[in-house]
Amino acid sequence: MSSIRTTPAAGGSSAPAAGRKRQGRAPNQAVKPLRQRIFGRNPLGWLFSAPYLVFVIVIFAYPLLFAIYMSFFDYFFAAPGAQVDRPFVGFDNYVTAFTDPAVLQSFANVGIFLVINVPLTVVLSLVLASGLNSIKRFRTFLRVSYYVPYVTASVAIIGVWLFLFNQDGLVNQILGPLAPNPTWFVNPTLAMPMIAIYVTWKQLGFYILLYLAALQNVPTELYEQASTDGAGRVRQFFSVTIPGVRPATVLVLLLSTIIGANLFTEPYLLTGGGGPNGASTSPVLLIYQQGIQQGHPGYAAAIGIVLVVLVLIIAYLQNRFAGDRDS
Amino acid sequence: MTTTAAPASGSTGAAPGGRDRKRRSVDLSSPRQLSRGQAILQGIVLTIGAIAFLFPFYYMVVGSLQASPDTTIAGAFPTPGNLTLNNFVNINDRINLWSGLASSGIFTGGVLLCTVVFGLLAGYALSILQWRGRGVAFALALLVQVVPFQLLMVPLYVLIARNYGLADNYLGMILPFAINSTAVLIFRQYFLQIPKELFDAARIDGAGEFTILRRIALPLVRPALVTVVLLTFIGPWNEFLWPFLITKEQTMQPLAVSLANYISTVAASTTNPYGAILAGAVVLAAPVVVLFIVFQRYFTSTDIGSGVKG
Repeated sequence: MSSIRTTPAAGGSSAPAAGRKRQGRAPNQAVKPLRQRIFGRNPLGWLFSAPYLVFVIVIFAYPLLFAIYMSFFDYFFAAPGAQVDRPFVGFDNYVTAFTDPAVLQSFANVGIFLVINVPLTVVLSLVLASGLNSIKRFRTFLRVSYYVPYVTASVAIIGVWLFLFNQDGLVNQILGPLAPNPTWFVNPTLAMPMIAIYVTWKQLGFYILLYLAALQNVPTELYEQASTDGAGRVRQFFSVTIPGVRPATVLVLLLSTIIGANLFTEPYLLTGGGGPNGASTSPVLLIYQQGIQQGHPGYAAAIGIVLVVLVLIIAYLQNRFAGDRDS
Repeated sequence: MTTTAAPASGSTGAAPGGRDRKRRSVDLSSPRQLSRGQAILQGIVLTIGAIAFLFPFYYMVVGSLQASPDTTIAGAFPTPGNLTLNNFVNINDRINLWSGLASSGIFTGGVLLCTVVFGLLAGYALSILQWRGRGVAFALALLVQVVPFQLLMVPLYVLIARNYGLADNYLGMILPFAINSTAVLIFRQYFLQIPKELFDAARIDGAGEFTILRRIALPLVRPALVTVVLLTFIGPWNEFLWPFLITKEQTMQPLAVSLANYISTVAASTTNPYGAILAGAVVLAAPVVVLFIVFQRYFTSTDIGSGVKG
């Protein structure tokens, strides 16, 4: 199995000699043995990555194709192994999805979520990351405190947020007469923006981490040059830092959009299942209700595919307008 | 999506451990000195950030210890007469914290084991070994990270819970998370930082690929191992949606699921629901927060940044 045996010295056998004659190769250029031509220089690479590749096929590739297949059928649950006839329905599931007011409202809700969450995430994480990058004291303490919400379970933090923002919660006690009525998470206009703010707060540490990595790659010389040209600290931020971390910004836009489209735990727990009156329902919550609770997995798969296509379109537009034109 | 594959950290020559120190010295360079006013403003912004991030955690602990919920401003400070551990007893009566912790532990442990063993092998193959199809496999590992779970949720549920009958089963719980792709990419990045000559020298000395992996590669990626364990731990431990879908039996439910069920259903019937919820939240959050604070220096931007960007 060792790679030492597969060095060019192995070209002495008769088969490579015949090949050399036919293809007219230089005598010193040995033909690789068959195993090496099929698998590459270290066939062991296949063995080592086989578990991971099988995992990707079984957990990602096959279910992905299965979801597309399912969305064109009136799929329903049946006992394992039972032969049942699941009729092909063409685009019916998609037509139903686009005419169902609940689905349309959930997409509108995600729109509200993204409009609040994505810009807030980009601005706050970049500002805090560049602040953290130039500070000398308390650096570790601040870094840890920014990451803590990200590493903690959403279910645990939701408990505190419900306590903070309920009718008689601390926030309303501080606000006094200014407290909204009905209170935050049961208020139809405030429920979705509150979820957007919660998710921004919860995920911010991760994006700060990404921006910190990107800030290491901005050449220090650029700051020196800008400084010599008389640019102040604020000017440097806008003309050196922001262009310098543009690849990271594209990544942050992409990831925050994907995470926003994946919203489930927050509307399920913070607003009691997408309440009030569906004002904070997310598409994934609908997929769960339709696909698993009510037993229409084909319809649920169709909603999922529409959602992913929309995310891909948004990601493409973000990449087009925020990404570097040259690359 | 092409721009996301930006070249990862340029410090390929530096040993994995010494990068933190090198970076800090760069930041102190003179052109970035702030004026006094700017420094104060920066300090204020960073402090407000820290308070906004930490206060809910402080309030979680205070609230979990209150005998009767006190939501006034004074209630944000612990008052000696109002302290109790009863909330922990109450929540334990309702959702059995021990079985929840055990279930979370098995779920997380299974994912960690698979990720460390198979992720390390895949990361090694993707960086050190030359084989046909390596580029495609690497592209797959990047692509998998942007496949949204919501699309896979329904087919995975149909396959795992219905077709294979793995509902209420640890195997079914672990399977979709078994190998963390970010971990594969972090391992790959670390192996790439080891000088190639080390491997070539070992091969010339007649060492087989297994020996090279065990004797040379493994000892050198130990810091990556801690990063990977930390990063992988928070996934399954905090995961709610998938175990929620696949477990119906209370004894099988990880703590995140049983606490969420408590929040959404029975909370109204307890005398001090928030005290009990917050006590459960403290138990769920504590292991991750402690682990993270102890090993925070392995949770560095370069390691994880390179893992996400590839």
